[in-house]
Formats: sequence, C-alpha cells, structure tokens
Amino acid sequence: MSAQKPRTLFDKIWDAHVVETLPDGTALLYIDLHLTHEVTTPQAFDGLRAAGRKVRRPDATLAVIDHNIATDASRYTGIVDPESRLQVETLEKNVAEFGVPFIPLLDDRQGIVHVIGPELGRSLPGMTIVCGDSHTSTHGAMGALAFGIGTSEVEHVLATQTLLQKPAKNMQVLVEGNLALGCSGKDITLAIIGKIGTAGGTGHVIEYAGDTIRALDMAGRMTVSNMAIEGGARAGLIAPDQTTFDYIARTPQGPKGEALARAIEWWKTLPTDAGAHFDKVVKLAAHEIAPQVTWGTSPEDVLPVNGVVPDPEAQEDEARRAQFRRKVEYMGLQPGQKLQDLPVDVVFIGSCTNSRIEDIRMAASIARGRKVADNVRAMVVPGSGLVKKQAEAEGLDRILQEAGFEWREAGCSMCLGMNPDKLKPGQRSASTSNRNFEGRQGPGGRTHLVSPATAAASAIAGHLADVRDYQPKEAV
Amino acid sequence: MEAFTRLDSVAVPLPRPNIDTDQIIPGRFLSRPREVDHSAFLFHDARRLPGTEEPNPDFPLNQEAYRPARIIVAGRNFACGSSRESAVWALFDAGFRCAIAPSFGDIFRNNGMKNGLLPVVLPAEAVAALIAQIEAAPGARVTVDLVALTVTFPDGTVHGFEVDPFARHCLLEGLDEIGLTLSLEDQIAAFERRFGRENSR
Repeated sequence: MSAQKPRTLFDKIWDAHVVETLPDGTALLYIDLHLTHEVTTPQAFDGLRAAGRKVRRPDATLAVIDHNIATDASRYTGIVDPESRLQVETLEKNVAEFGVPFIPLLDDRQGIVHVIGPELGRSLPGMTIVCGDSHTSTHGAMGALAFGIGTSEVEHVLATQTLLQKPAKNMQVLVEGNLALGCSGKDITLAIIGKIGTAGGTGHVIEYAGDTIRALDMAGRMTVSNMAIEGGARAGLIAPDQTTFDYIARTPQGPKGEALARAIEWWKTLPTDAGAHFDKVVKLAAHEIAPQVTWGTSPEDVLPVNGVVPDPEAQEDEARRAQFRRKVEYMGLQPGQKLQDLPVDVVFIGSCTNSRIEDIRMAASIARGRKVADNVRAMVVPGSGLVKKQAEAEGLDRILQEAGFEWREAGCSMCLGMNPDKLKPGQRSASTSNRNFEGRQGPGGRTHLVSPATAAASAIAGHLADVRDYQPKEAV
Repeated sequence: MEAFTRLDSVAVPLPRPNIDTDQIIPGRFLSRPREVDHSAFLFHDARRLPGTEEPNPDFPLNQEAYRPARIIVAGRNFACGSSRESAVWALFDAGFRCAIAPSFGDIFRNNGMKNGLLPVVLPAEAVAALIAQIEAAPGARVTVDLVALTVTFPDGTVHGFEVDPFARHCLLEGLDEIGLTLSLEDQIAAFERRFGRENSR
C-alpha cells in the first residue's frame, strides 16, 4: 500500500468502479445509482423495448417526475398540457413495465431528482451516480462521483448498469477563509464561475476544498457542486466528512446502525491523499466574495451586487464587444447602470440549486415582518414534498405568504421554461436557479441569478437588492 | 446509429462562443417524442425576430447559401449547458452530421458521438480561419474525414484532429455500444460480486 501513488477523491471512486479498461483507455465504469425522470427517458425505454432488453438493476434505479409538471394545485386534478401529460404517463407506463421503483406525483417524497436523492439517503459517498440531467453534479456534494448523461447513455446504463467513459482530469478549487455577511454557497459558486469561466472546468472533475467549503452545511455544498456544470465540469466533488455522515444518519433510507458504521469506515478513506496531483488548481479568498448577481446571458457574466453593467465598448476586442452588445441588449440594460437599480418583475426561489429547507429558512428569515413590493410576483417552490412539509412544520410557509410570496408544490418550476411557470417576454427575474441563458425561463425572459437571501431581499425591495441592507428582523 | 466516414458539405458559421443547448432547442420542446421531426425546433427562438414568427435574416441558418449545410462551425464551448440529447436530434434532423469548434460542452460531445453527429475540435485560430473562409464565400465546401482524421478547408489547407479511438471505431462502423457492452456480461457480473465484498455495502 505504501508504494501507491497519492490519489484524489475522484481517482479513488473512479478506480473502484472500473469493470474493464479498453485499449485506448476508455473505461467501462460501474454505476451504483441511476436517477431518472420523465424528460430524458422515453427514448431510452423505447430502445430497450425494441431490442428486447431488460433493466439490469431496477433496485439501483429510481424514477421521479419533476421537470414538466405544474407547481400549483392543478396537479391534484390532472396535468393540463397534453404533451406534458403524455410524457408523465409514458414514464408511469415504462416504470411499471420494466419494474423500476417510482415515486408518484402525489407522494410526499416527490420532488426535484437532485433534491430527493440526497434527502432520501440514496445518494451516498463513494458512489457513482448518473442521471439524464446535467445538474447531477449536485450529488458530488455527498462525496459521490455524479454526472449528467444523455438519453443514449441512459439507455446504456439501464441495460448494462455501466457506462463507457474516458477518465476526466482533476481540478481543485480551494476556497479559504470566513464567508462575508449575507453570502452563502450560491455566492461562492457564482464567484468561482466568474473566475474560471463557463468552460474553465471542461474535461475536468472539480473538487471543491478548503475550510470555507468544509464549514458549509450539506445544502450549501449541494448548491456549490450543483453549478460545477456551469463551470464546464461534468462533476463536482466535496470530500465526505462528519457533516456528511451526520446528514446521512438522519435520512430515511440511508444505512443505519452497524451498516452505517461500516460504511463510514470506508468513506473516511475516500478524501484526497496528501500530495495527490491536480491538473489545475484555482484559489479564492472567501472574505473577498460579496453577494453575487449575474448581469448577462451566461453564468460567467457575474458581478458583486453593488457593481455596474459593463460597457461593451470598453472590451478588449471586437468579438467580445459584439458579444457584450448582444448581452446588454437582450437583457435590456444600459452600460454603467447600477445593478441594484434594476426593477424585477418576478422573484423565483427554487430549483435543484436552491430549494432545500436551509434555502427556504434563509428566504423566510429575510421575509419575516416585511412585504413583497407591489411590482413583484414572488414565488417559493420547495424542492420536494418532504422539504415542503418540513417548512410548513416550522411555519415558514405562513411567514412567506404573509409577506406576499406564493407558496407552491415541489418541482423544477421556473428554472427551465418547460412547464407552466415561465417568464413572459421582457420580464426580469431575480432567480435562485442556475442558468441565465437567453430564453431559459421563457422566450424573451431576462434572468439574474442570485442566492435565496438576495432573491428574498429583491422581492421586498422591488429591485435587485443588497441583502446586507435587509438583515433578518427579530422574531416577535 | 448512422455511421460516419467522410463528409463533403457546405458549412454554416455560428461564430459566437458559449452557444448553449437551450439556444439549440428551447426547453418547451423537450416533451416531444423522438418520432417527431426535431428540425423545426433547431434554434427556434434565435432564428426568429424577437417576439414574432418572422425569420431573422441575420441568422446564418436562414440564409439561402447555407441551406444545404451539413456542417456547423461554432465558437468555443459550443453546446454547453443542459444534457438534452434533443439538441443533437434537432441538428441531426436538420441534416447536420458534424460540428467544428475550439471546444464543446462535454455531455453534448458524448451525445453527438452516439448519434452519428461528429464533434471535431480544432485550435481556436484554425476555427477562426475556417469561419473567415466560409463567411467570405458563403456556400463554400468543407471536407471532414473520420478515417484520415482530417478537415479540408475551402482554401485546400488540411487540418488534423483527434477522436478517442474506441468512439471513432463505433462511429465509423455505426455500432450499437450497448450490444458491445453486453458482450462483457461476465466481467460485469464478476465486478458486482467483488465490489459488494470489498466496499462492505
């Protein structure tokens, strides 16, 4: 053992899951958990059916509906949109035919696939986890190698429980120091993307490390790792530690007792060895991170909330000037304008990035005793039925509704413009989701990505707001 | 899968960087079954003038000279973002069989290789030169050869590229990867027996 080369967390999980290596270095990688949803699976099940193949490990597969459902009470009376209804019914038919465990729409455990995996105790350290969704990187916060795949790969995993993969390169993002007032995991992850760019992690797996990351709770870690894909990396990773183990011990389906103790012994061997090689290292000082807001149409277009809209004409070359002109025009901005002066029409608190109980507590702490501005529609969409129940048990729904926020049912909602929750053309949102691409939240919609705290403060201010001016009021 | 060996075609330039898969196919079209022709969804919003059904004359895919194009040449980080394989289906159904860029979103790159749409990475300077050539002579032809691993520009210059040998083999032959993997059933079963013991799960 002593002769073994120091390895990263990624190397260890990878090495443990290689079934076979092909001559060109492509590995056949074993997959421990396959999460599935209604959007990226229909063609995969069709493919199995056409070839007369079965799902190899239904017990390692879990299906849930999240992307295209409404988040209002209409789910109790049936899905209105015919295409969404067909896709949901197709998943229900497929899971019944292939024997795949399924969480129905009206089950308390239903929710966004990347919220429920960790929450139920299905996503565990050391695992390989895939899902036909790019934000599968979220589960890397558990210390699992988790990445998004396409529908062809979904079919491959259903049939074989393996994937053909080339090893990724190792990248380390080190965040050190105390996080400033008003900042959370979202501000860290946006600041990282601002620094490395949306292709900074292409071909790499990013391990997030440093005392700032270690001090985050699991929800904060999931927010950070969720947006690894916006930095170009298919997977993010955070070493499992006592925070992880304590979280897993509280989950309904995670290992218990003796099994948990044995698992923890193995999980403790997973963190990156001293002296392990990273192909790329990036460092950030946490105290330099202010609350972050995106101004453009790529997650890398990010600035501190007290920043101003960049001037396209001040960019160094014509290609960049043209790109910036287009972004500024699409977003309806003026160069030099203060970001905080921008009025918002919609505030969305939700998505696989920021819909966990900790996110909702944060939003409620700022909303308590305050009112949503008249010009704003503000919605809070819990990530799962269990998050919703927990929030209601804590009275957070009442605080939010008294302040004027809508309190909705679990789902992907306004993150991606494929269910009834959409921006109208020209509407401006402060959103806790992960992508500010043109039209992402609805054709012509203008998205500013922010943390739950900044979103709540912006709902109250009626414009993008500095959360440091909206600190929680004492409970009465 | 449709095999890819060699393609000689008009190439259409999309010089912007970071064109995401939400641009290639907006989210509201993701509920459509694969049997539906996805070409109508390709760059659905970018092809139209904002808020209308009118075609945007400035968008290269709307321009007559580029209509026969089966190769798309784009800026860096092409097809980043969402894993939606329908981004490949929309390109494929519209006739595209190859995309050339300085870099790609990792998931799109895999999805393309599994659907007969070859992603070719060339250095940024070479892509910029190629874009300049096809913009200067719209309708100019480009040849992509997966056997020789070369791209021939309209000016006759030849540029090599790399593809993982195994993925290349599958694409050249149009092979079903699942069938190949299932031939390794004994190894998978042996792994399952061993892995459970080693990691006490």
